[in-house]
Amino acid sequence: MTDNPSYDLECLDVSKNFGSIRAVKDVSFDIPSGSFFSILGPSGCGKTTLMRMIAGFEDPSGGDIRIKGKSVLGTPPNKRNVKMVFQHLALFPMMNVYENIAYGLRCNGVGNAEIKRKVHDVLERIALPDVAEREIHQLSGGQKQRIAIARCMVLDPDVLLLDEPLGALDLKLREAMKIELKLLQHQFNTTFVYITHDQSEALVMSDNVAIMNQGEFEQIGTPQELYHHPSTAFVASFVGDSNRWSGVVKSSDSTGGKVETEQGLPMSFSSAGEKTMQEGSRVNIFVRPEFIRTVRAGGGDLQDAAGENRMDGIVDSLLFNGANSRVLVRTGSGELVESDVTLTGENDLKPGEDVHLVWSSKQSMCFADQGKA
Amino acid sequence: MMQNKDIKRLSLYLLFAPFALWIILLVILPHIGMVVLSLKEKIAPRVYEYSFANYLEFLNEPIYWNTLLRTGSMSLLVTALALLIGFPIAYYIAKIAGPRSRGGLFLLCLIPLWVSDLIRAFGWILLLRETGVISNFLLWTGLIGEPVEFLYNDVAVIVGLTYTVILFMIVPLVSTLDGMDNAMIEAGYNLGGSGFTVLRRIIIPYAMPGIVAGCIVTFMLTAGSYLTPILLGGKNSSWFTEQIYNQFITRFNWEGGAAFGMLLLFFTSLVIWLGLKLSGQTLANTVAKS
Repeated sequence: MTDNPSYDLECLDVSKNFGSIRAVKDVSFDIPSGSFFSILGPSGCGKTTLMRMIAGFEDPSGGDIRIKGKSVLGTPPNKRNVKMVFQHLALFPMMNVYENIAYGLRCNGVGNAEIKRKVHDVLERIALPDVAEREIHQLSGGQKQRIAIARCMVLDPDVLLLDEPLGALDLKLREAMKIELKLLQHQFNTTFVYITHDQSEALVMSDNVAIMNQGEFEQIGTPQELYHHPSTAFVASFVGDSNRWSGVVKSSDSTGGKVETEQGLPMSFSSAGEKTMQEGSRVNIFVRPEFIRTVRAGGGDLQDAAGENRMDGIVDSLLFNGANSRVLVRTGSGELVESDVTLTGENDLKPGEDVHLVWSSKQSMCFADQGKA
Repeated sequence: MMQNKDIKRLSLYLLFAPFALWIILLVILPHIGMVVLSLKEKIAPRVYEYSFANYLEFLNEPIYWNTLLRTGSMSLLVTALALLIGFPIAYYIAKIAGPRSRGGLFLLCLIPLWVSDLIRAFGWILLLRETGVISNFLLWTGLIGEPVEFLYNDVAVIVGLTYTVILFMIVPLVSTLDGMDNAMIEAGYNLGGSGFTVLRRIIIPYAMPGIVAGCIVTFMLTAGSYLTPILLGGKNSSWFTEQIYNQFITRFNWEGGAAFGMLLLFFTSLVIWLGLKLSGQTLANTVAKS
């Protein structure tokens, strides 16, 4: 069928059952060569199982996995040109850095002189030229990370799988490694498949992200698409923060409509794509905090704040976090709404103040309610 | 404050006392006694002189040092067999069996320990003797024409000893293999290693402390065992512990027996030292760890 060599990795209706549990349900995707692809999902969604099937540690119950256009079903893991960076890295503690990197080359029967050249070459590329003779336990967390990647990249794989490799690092290092991983991917120009439950890792690094939930892909797209145009309620709530209201559609057409929330407030939305919401159907509305403007009541700038949706409330508390500061507003109907604010240190909002919340119907994402989501 | 410190110190002494008593009374004192005894030479009734005569006698009599060398080499063979058989069992228990069956399998390995050495050796006798189970079974199948005696040869001794000591090989191996992250084995395959490469380059080097610990314990137990070689090997067993027994009990030559005892200790220690040197391990990261 699609014998397209421009895809490094293709999965066609891949599924995996453990007894009666369906861990992965008919997942299909393809990854263009040289791109950074992330699979993002909550723990237990089947992403690790999917990755283990790609690496060859599990056999799919159905479907096909193709690497460079060739099916790898029935190919044992040591014969697949897919390398994997494990969650806890799995560096070999009884070998030093040089031997760790040389291991794969030795398995492939590469000559000693060639091994030496390649190992030093890859150490140069990960900017650790002097660690060859070090033992694994002498390396820092970030260095181990890079050695684990180098150990795979020295074998020139078609696809590199990364299974939440940043999970064990502390926050500062994790932030630095995110950027570094992206740079390494550019440098090696290899297809990276990155598995994570951390959305910021996926959004920052990836060209494309697949959102996985309960064994299925909910949506595949660029980080921007996922964030601004989520196709399902799960994606809207899982990627980024959002305020959420449930309600019933009062009027609707192809461009948008009006909803009355459970609290009895009217709210307008514009529909994504050409989907028209059924009048009278139950829906969920998601609004990102950064799209809600918080305006002091009685202030003159309310007219400037464009937006069809308005809500009145009282500042409940301020969540100060530098540039990511938030304000929690308790609305007339009693629920708490989160909104991003810029706190300058002068004349800021204070708890107890009356405010208006304003946002555009364009920023109200509306999804049909599918029971308990 | 002061009182608190005293109580702490007292409890430390109390906890330490049984260990110190055990080491001093049961290990250090008897060995000092043995060394002193072994250096005495009987020159007339109740008249002794310090000399190396007992050790010289060992060197001058080939049957003695031949027996010691034979004991040593057969013990090494038993150790090697225990490792060869025990490693796959330990690997299965630690890595392949599910978490629930793991405990059960480990318990199965421990069950023979509940029976004394003597009873276990008699079990082998029932199987191997001329009128035993195996001989009768082979007669029944027609493979042999008349009863065969399987007891009282080296093979019976080695089989019996391997059976007795294999548990002490399995336990340290299971504990080291258990500590090995499965991802490490998977990484070994993922990077292109075949099953044999993964075993040779990753699993065995990782398990080396456990392997060495198990080998030390099994070798010591085998070389120092008495009951199994005597019962299964009979007169032909020529185990060095039998020589020591003969010196002490049959010939009432305590000085000679003490010298032989020290020689066995030196010999096994030498073998273990050589083994540690060859495998590049230390006592601290093998036996002390598991």
